[in-house]
Amino acid sequence: MFVSNIEDIPGKTITTCYGIVSGSTVRAKHIGRDIFAGIKNIFGGELKGYTELLGESRDQALDRMKAQARQLGANAIVNVRFSTSSIAAGAAEIYVYGTAVTVE
Amino acid sequence: MDSFTIFLILLTLGFVFGKLAESRHYRSIHAREKMFLHIPTTSCKKPMGDRASIGQAQLVYGHVVISIDYFKQVLAGLRNFFGGTIQSYETLLDRARREAVLRLKESCPTANEILNLRIETASISKGGSGDRVRSVEVFAYGTAIYYQQAAPQRPLQ
Repeated sequence: MFVSNIEDIPGKTITTCYGIVSGSTVRAKHIGRDIFAGIKNIFGGELKGYTELLGESRDQALDRMKAQARQLGANAIVNVRFSTSSIAAGAAEIYVYGTAVTVE
Repeated sequence: MDSFTIFLILLTLGFVFGKLAESRHYRSIHAREKMFLHIPTTSCKKPMGDRASIGQAQLVYGHVVISIDYFKQVLAGLRNFFGGTIQSYETLLDRARREAVLRLKESCPTANEILNLRIETASISKGGSGDRVRSVEVFAYGTAIYYQQAAPQRPLQ
């Protein structure tokens, strides 16, 4: 599966376009991480737990998008965009979308 | 009086450790940025080289969550009262953005070029009540271009 965030896959030509595919995840952090983050908030610095959590959610959203594209019979996704929103305290939604295409 | 002492302790801890963490982080950012100067990174969509010689294009991304320290938090609170630029938040966001871009580059050290770099910022602690965590998430993504002679050995997914 070729994925890019520009309008095409450089070096290949688009033959078929299937339309929008997307994937999303909503994840909450568990209480242990929250307490640790609260402590870290005094000292400052990277919150590794949150970094990990958001990385996992993003990979999952990407996988879901790729699965949807595969189902349509596409072999590439172009013009991919990510967006993050915090819908509630302690939970984040990751949304990723793009255009499923076939390239040769 | 007790709560004031705790406040002072937290303030000192935040000042000392926050400053240490920040200067250490900036040192590592400067060193790593020098290491990755050979990868041209643009927010344009057109590759600089010959289109025909492109071997592989791949989505790459990097991200980081960084929290502010207690001292700066208090400082920012004061600034909020008087108005003006909040420098303590400016350095936080600067560090987060540069770190995210560096992690993106670290995920593709053999790339010849990175196109359409986009940086997204989200405050993941928004909407919380009580003791919220003041932190920021920065996510950077782009398309790594490998020209044919330098294509990686790793198979496509």
